[in-house]
Amino acid sequence: MTETHPAFFNRRRMLCALAALPTLALARPALASDTLGFGELYKKFGILGLEFSDKVKRLAGQEVTVKGFMAPPLKAEADFFVLTEIPMSLCPFCSSDADWPDNILVVYLARKQTFVQFNAPIEAQGVLEYGSWIDPDTGFVSQLRLREAAFNTA
Amino acid sequence: MRKLILALASATVLAGAANAATVYPIDRATILVGSPFDFKVEFDAVVKPEDVKVTVNGQDYEAVFGKKAEFVAEEKGAEDMVLGSALTLRGLTIATAGDYKVEVTAGSETKSVNWDVYGTATEAKAKNIIFLVADGLSVAHRTGARIMSKGMTEGKANGRLAMDDIPPVAFIGTSSTHSIATDSANTMSAYMTGHKSRVNALGVYADRTPASLDDPKVETIAEALRRTTTKSIGIVTTSEVEDATPAAVVSHTRKRADKEQIVGMLFDVKPDVLFGGGSVYFLGKDTPGSKRKDDKDYIAEFKNAGYALATDKTELAALSGSNQDKLLGLFHTANLDVTLDREFLKKGTVDKLPNQPGLVEMTKVALDKLSKNPEGFFLVVEAASVDKMSHPLDWDRALVETIEFDKAVGVAREFAASNPDTLIVVTGDHTHGVGIIGTVDDEKPGDEMRQKVGTYDEAGFPNYEDKNGDGYPDRIDVSRRLFLSANNGPDHYETFRPKLDGPFVPAVQNEAKEYVANEAYKDVPGAVFVQGNIPKDGDTGVHAVDDIVLQAIGPGSEGFRGYMEQSDVYRVLVDAFALGAPKE
Repeated sequence: MTETHPAFFNRRRMLCALAALPTLALARPALASDTLGFGELYKKFGILGLEFSDKVKRLAGQEVTVKGFMAPPLKAEADFFVLTEIPMSLCPFCSSDADWPDNILVVYLARKQTFVQFNAPIEAQGVLEYGSWIDPDTGFVSQLRLREAAFNTA
Repeated sequence: MRKLILALASATVLAGAANAATVYPIDRATILVGSPFDFKVEFDAVVKPEDVKVTVNGQDYEAVFGKKAEFVAEEKGAEDMVLGSALTLRGLTIATAGDYKVEVTAGSETKSVNWDVYGTATEAKAKNIIFLVADGLSVAHRTGARIMSKGMTEGKANGRLAMDDIPPVAFIGTSSTHSIATDSANTMSAYMTGHKSRVNALGVYADRTPASLDDPKVETIAEALRRTTTKSIGIVTTSEVEDATPAAVVSHTRKRADKEQIVGMLFDVKPDVLFGGGSVYFLGKDTPGSKRKDDKDYIAEFKNAGYALATDKTELAALSGSNQDKLLGLFHTANLDVTLDREFLKKGTVDKLPNQPGLVEMTKVALDKLSKNPEGFFLVVEAASVDKMSHPLDWDRALVETIEFDKAVGVAREFAASNPDTLIVVTGDHTHGVGIIGTVDDEKPGDEMRQKVGTYDEAGFPNYEDKNGDGYPDRIDVSRRLFLSANNGPDHYETFRPKLDGPFVPAVQNEAKEYVANEAYKDVPGAVFVQGNIPKDGDTGVHAVDDIVLQAIGPGSEGFRGYMEQSDVYRVLVDAFALGAPKE
């Protein structure tokens, strides 16, 4: 439990977020990174497993931009969120009978950003990584990630 | 004012008196004779082991139970908070039917519970049981499916559903141990174990510790069948095979979301037939798409255990001729697409997995395989998406799922016609808050869709057609269609139209973690905003507390009668199979 005074904490967080916004806009180099669409993640979608596309394998380790929707995060202060192809109506983090779609992408933020309205499309940019990964803090399993990422409303 | 003080005073007294131990199984539990279960006592305080006294029918518990319970001085909750002492005795069996009064004392804490340990008939009444459950099946789903599938003229149905000729025999109370409301985990678990439990729990009583896999277990019907018979077991569903309803046949966990562990529980029991979706929980973590946290490859494990595997409709058809012992069919990475998308609109994930079978094909192959066992079988068939489409208020998809379910009921009835020693049960696990109130008629004047809703005499009859006679309406978007309305839900837009582009998504979460109406439907011509009436963290429509109708036909069906608790259904099933017959 944090002992921080709530009002102070909130104000500080908001100031950080405000400060981050213009930097972000500047930090986003126009067309410096390849774009990757949700339709391009896998070349095979089968019962016995998926197979990453050649594009994913080629772009691994590089900066890419992916458009999608931010799923409701696990907790407000989480340093990652899940990017989905379509808006999530159910919240798998909060509802035990909901589950994630297969083609999600986990976005690890370089620094905290204020989460946006979840049904708004966003553009996330970060270093692409593939392969199974279990988040050490939450145990969340992912197959595809953007590291050192930032996002903008598309 | 004086009243208030009195109320406060009595509240305090109550809190004082509430210093009572909790005992599992709970008071009024009904327990199949000879079935293993875990006994647990939770004390509110930390007590000394020498102060704990447990008697059964007045005798020391060890003499009756034949085993000594483990004493835990301090059970820990979240953040290591001390919850009190506990006493646990796992895998206890009671060999003699009768009334058992368990009395527990320690210090000022005391608790007394009564158990009804029951036996069954000596001779089985039925050789086979087919237990068909449409998840969330409410009366509106039946009525809607009948009108949509068969039509209606001058107030009389133009045809009958397969389920219409199975006598309704009982109203089932679905409430859970901690709430009048309920979910598919504890409801199906009550059917499959004979014990009620808490929301999200399967095959266990929900204890107070945070761990989900250590809660006091009760025996599932699959385990009882393995313990006492050589019958075959089948589980067929349109959801993930790890989803709550199919999982309840075999599982023990406080948390239905333990899907990774549930695959292991399915493997432990090894149903002879297991058909559904959810393959990603069978794949080791390094296989792309896997949702496991370990390297276990359950596809390989099942194959090594003698299972033939099918992953689409073609392979399923080939399985019916298979002479392998056991059949595993995994037809989707997640839940199967619903019939309307799979067979008609080609929406959802049908473009990725175009060759998924439906409930009817799966049921046929399952019956074909299971009926080869001369000792008989127990088969659960679940139409999962009646519920999964009712949650997002997508009534057209829910009704088409109900029609598909009814066709599976037809397959079961056909089987029973030539195998009369088969008990058929048709029911839901819980209900939804939905009713049919009339029609929506595009031909009614004006632009406002609301004005096109026909009620009373103005509703008339819908104009669905089934020219090819397949039982499904040729089109769902006819000009005069059924109007179903939920009595609860999140904020959403009512479009008065079928959702032809994919299942309805009524609400989405905003940054305040509140569900707000999905703007995607705002501009549908005539859409109206519907203010939600459940808390804002509720994403979709919720389950109703209403009773479920249970229908049954065949040997043993006479055991269902009047109002029954969901857990009492189990007793009729095990009696039909004589699973608690006196030992010679």
